[in-house]
Amino acid sequence: MQTYLWLIPLLPLLTSALIGLLGKRAGKPVTAVVAVGSVLASFALSLSAYSLMKAAPGFRLELTYFEWMHVGSLSVPMGLVFDPLSCAMALVVSGIGALIHLYSVGYMWKDEGFARYFAYLNLFVFFMLTLVLGSSLPLLFVGWEGVGLCSYLLIGYYFETDYAPAAGLKAFLTNRIGDLGMVAGMMALFAYFGTLTMGDLLTKAGHLSPEVGFGVLTFATLMMFIGATGKSAQLPLYVWLPDAMAGPTPVSALIHAATMVTAGILLVCRLAPLFQLTPITLTVIAWVGAATALFAATIGLCQRDIKKVLAYSTVSQLGYMFLGLGAAGFAAGFFHVFTHAWFKALLFLGAGSVIHAMHHEQDLFKMGGLRKKLPITFWTMLIGTLAIMGFPGFSGFFSKDEILYLAYLKSPVLWLMGVIGACLTSFYMWRLMALAFWGEPRDHHAYDHAHESPLTMTLPLMVLAVGSALAGWWGVPEAFGGHFNVGQFLAPSLTFGQLHGAHGHHEGPAILLAAISTALALGFGAWGFFSYRNGLAIGEARAAKWPTLHRILENKYYVDEGMERFILAPIRWLGQKLWRVVDVIVIDGLGVNLPGALAGLSGDVIATTQTGRVRNYALAMTLGALALLWIFLK
Amino acid sequence: MTAWYQNLPLWVTAVPMLGALLLLLVPGTRRRVFELGALAITLIDFFVSIPLWFQYDRASAAVQWAFSVDWIPSLGVKFAIGMDGISLMLFLLTTFIGFIAVWCSFTSIEERHKEYYIWLLVMQFSMLGVFICQDMFLFYLFWELMLVPMYFLIAIWGGPQKLYAAIKLFLYTLAGSVLMLVGILAIYFLQKKAGLEPSFAIERFHAMAPFIAQQSKNFQILLALAFFIGFAIKVPMFPFHTWLPDAHVQAPTAGSVILAGILLKMGTYGFVRFLLPMMPDATRTLLPWFLTLTLIGVIYGALVAMIQKDMKKLVAYSSVSHLGLCMLGLFAMNPNGITGGILQMINHGISTSGLFLIVGIVYERRHTRMIADFGGLSKAMPIYATVFMIMTMSSIGLPGLNGFIGELAILMGAFQAQPWWAVAATSGIILGAAYMLWLYQRVMFGPINETNLKMKDLNAREIAYFLPLIVAAFWIGLRPQPVMNVLQKPVEKLVMQINPAFYQGQALTQLHREAAMKGQAGMIAPGHGSDHGAQSHGEVHGSEAEVHGGH
Repeated sequence: MQTYLWLIPLLPLLTSALIGLLGKRAGKPVTAVVAVGSVLASFALSLSAYSLMKAAPGFRLELTYFEWMHVGSLSVPMGLVFDPLSCAMALVVSGIGALIHLYSVGYMWKDEGFARYFAYLNLFVFFMLTLVLGSSLPLLFVGWEGVGLCSYLLIGYYFETDYAPAAGLKAFLTNRIGDLGMVAGMMALFAYFGTLTMGDLLTKAGHLSPEVGFGVLTFATLMMFIGATGKSAQLPLYVWLPDAMAGPTPVSALIHAATMVTAGILLVCRLAPLFQLTPITLTVIAWVGAATALFAATIGLCQRDIKKVLAYSTVSQLGYMFLGLGAAGFAAGFFHVFTHAWFKALLFLGAGSVIHAMHHEQDLFKMGGLRKKLPITFWTMLIGTLAIMGFPGFSGFFSKDEILYLAYLKSPVLWLMGVIGACLTSFYMWRLMALAFWGEPRDHHAYDHAHESPLTMTLPLMVLAVGSALAGWWGVPEAFGGHFNVGQFLAPSLTFGQLHGAHGHHEGPAILLAAISTALALGFGAWGFFSYRNGLAIGEARAAKWPTLHRILENKYYVDEGMERFILAPIRWLGQKLWRVVDVIVIDGLGVNLPGALAGLSGDVIATTQTGRVRNYALAMTLGALALLWIFLK
Repeated sequence: MTAWYQNLPLWVTAVPMLGALLLLLVPGTRRRVFELGALAITLIDFFVSIPLWFQYDRASAAVQWAFSVDWIPSLGVKFAIGMDGISLMLFLLTTFIGFIAVWCSFTSIEERHKEYYIWLLVMQFSMLGVFICQDMFLFYLFWELMLVPMYFLIAIWGGPQKLYAAIKLFLYTLAGSVLMLVGILAIYFLQKKAGLEPSFAIERFHAMAPFIAQQSKNFQILLALAFFIGFAIKVPMFPFHTWLPDAHVQAPTAGSVILAGILLKMGTYGFVRFLLPMMPDATRTLLPWFLTLTLIGVIYGALVAMIQKDMKKLVAYSSVSHLGLCMLGLFAMNPNGITGGILQMINHGISTSGLFLIVGIVYERRHTRMIADFGGLSKAMPIYATVFMIMTMSSIGLPGLNGFIGELAILMGAFQAQPWWAVAATSGIILGAAYMLWLYQRVMFGPINETNLKMKDLNAREIAYFLPLIVAAFWIGLRPQPVMNVLQKPVEKLVMQINPAFYQGQALTQLHREAAMKGQAGMIAPGHGSDHGAQSHGEVHGSEAEVHGGH
């Protein structure tokens, strides 16, 4: 009876195909209704899946449709799994997805490629839901690569420019590196467990006793984590995400903030019982996460492009999520995925609204004073900023606090890195708000034409603002008298019924830590706000004081330049040399054409004896006869 | 006398030849007759070959549709045909690509239509012949016959340097073939030494494997090398590949399609059918060398493809890389690797044929293949953009499309045999995505100029011949099981012949794994124990056990 649940991913696929084939003919209104409607329908079906899952034994519903492939001993079913984790994520994807679809209708209305845009976007929702719901690692991987493809297509959506396709290519290739890590991880898991079905894998992992040597498991989980660093933009594979902002802004909100980039966290949570067994991997994850959180936050300080600030902020927030996972707080990590989906989608859509109003101006230095022109955008973005900075009571406060607390239990250094990152986050977010909405307009032409966005765009902003404010109350940590409900909700997925809960709360100075980090974040936020409230003067003075530091941060530590110089250019050089030298000169020249030429040459030389003159032949004959005579008579 | 449909492979092979003879009777000026006639013949051939898919008994590893009559009894030559699952898949691929190759030629061939379509049909006939032979003599006959039509297709309807390319192709592959002939004769005469009546039956050649293994080391290695070079040139493996870019670039589109789609598979097929089962010991001795060449080919091909300025040359070099991956699968010598290798032959046939057609489309419209001449074509040609994207994704192995399944199985097999091979090969896969997507970006994206803006999108005929390729790519990607089922038994038989220890090791490994599950300390799972030697690795290794037990 639950078989209809396959419609959850397939509805968006179907509509994607329909829009792709007929969307241009059907017109924009029909396209919009079909696109938004199908994602809403997926959302409704996900809700029904949620209630079915709640009623299922062990909170787990696994549906298998047919055997997808069977190579050698590898057997992979085509099936979906509904457990708390996948249901929660499916709801986020389809719910926030529907809001962003609605927003896109307004944002893209005047674009020629309206139908193409929604065909890609619905295809993305299909792959994302496949990733979330797939019951085996290969199926998850189908979704994983599929969202990568859609990301590539949507980043390069403005294909007539030079930079957008290049950014898409960069995203695809960087992800490819991570993906091969994931393939290697799958192969290792397959070699070890003989299965790649999620249920079997975790059941078998549950039977492993702790004394077993976990070399292969550590390798496998590390490889999986490499895959996660690609998709979720962690050091060192984060480089593609800031460039990905070349795509339309709603895409940045949906794919590069709320859903796809969190796939890495989702993957780790899916295999939480395995990661639980490999402390080395967890430690690596924690440190990479903390380093990314801090590193990306520093770059965010000096960016002028409003979307770039948010992009580095996303990289940084993803780092927090991994920090949480690495501290064995799988639920905390996922909780931050959940709250971040709300407030970062909100911030991006808000930024999109600003950009829309400013006629595609993205430079913060050319904005200013937009508070009065865009009141809804302003107020909703203000809520988003309060949420991301961790203002008490707003969603980011609870999820970030839980992560920082767990990080402290793992190592105070991790905590410190997280707190500094949080301070910087607060600073650059208030800098952004002050530059965009306060002060005097710095580009009067654009300012005069600025206007609040239509309802299709502001409505999603308002809904997301409510979510950003309240989403945190789902998981009030125990330190604040809550029960961390999100942890209990996810427990069946994260522990898979065998292992004890991820973290029985240790005693610790939880309240004190939260107070310190919150106070610092508030202070830095105020600093950022007051530095830029009245324009650029204070910031420019500061930049002039530390020119080197400013230049390094503004140029993102020259990572892109370094990659071009030390990786890409040498590869191209090598290709050229191999072709020109090995292929053309050595193999073709010396190996193929030289023998050919020698054969031809020897033919020519010998052919000269064929003069056609009888006297030459007579001479040769005589000489030959004499020679023979001499040999025989000697 | 058996009913005609029991000899279906024979009929399918004969149809193009009979059709060619029929077209010979038509006066040379009737262009349309040759085009439609050749299309009809190849389409009929394709549809007639479809029942084979259903007739094939998947539960048996034996040669099916076997048919044999004496031909030259004094030499032990028979006219013996038949196919197992491996041959069948390539046979079907040939009839599938056949009609596409004809269909794509309608507008690109401007002269000498009669000869052109007749040569195409003869080409089809000789390729199909290779896959149904069960006699070495007959095999060699078809193998050499293939060269003739291809030579003319390039030399007459090719590009500016067509003669150089055609002669290079001919001499290069002939050199390899002659070496292989020496090898064939050596084994033929060895039968006398073994006290047998000499025969050219392939079955007999396979049965000679243990006897060959008793010969001196040098003899075995020379014998293996003779076959190796013959096949490696066809594949082509580094460093025997330089005929390929020239042949591809100069050949007409249909020639490239056949070359990439089928002809290259002759080499890999040769490895599967002859070198591996006849000389497993010698292969194993030489394996480090073979593998080194294979891995060089994977990476080298990709690097050189990346910097090409000519679209067709880029696709040509990508074949060197992709077929290197096929060979890696075969050299893994376990079921995953070999199945993946064979599947990847078919996948490469689909995706690379598609890519050559893609190149052909813009060449016909603009008479240039230089990447720099294009840019932003997505705007002018949206349907073309979609088809190109699907073929690109198929080629770089996006899950859901055919390439992924093959790559996954190959890597799985390589990983089981020796993890580092798999790791090295993955760099080729990353580079593969890089050069294909970079090509796509430069041709399809970016600003578009006036000339390119006028380019026409795909017409109905062009869509029609891409459609089967797209369907096939999705079909194998989403539902590979039917193909796997056809390959399974013959591959198992092959692994029994070349790597029997693989199956023997399984019972043992199963015990190991159970022990590990129970948590006995000190058990390191296979794949990382440093105490395993390279050879024993694939054999002691796990994971195959359950399923083979279960069948």
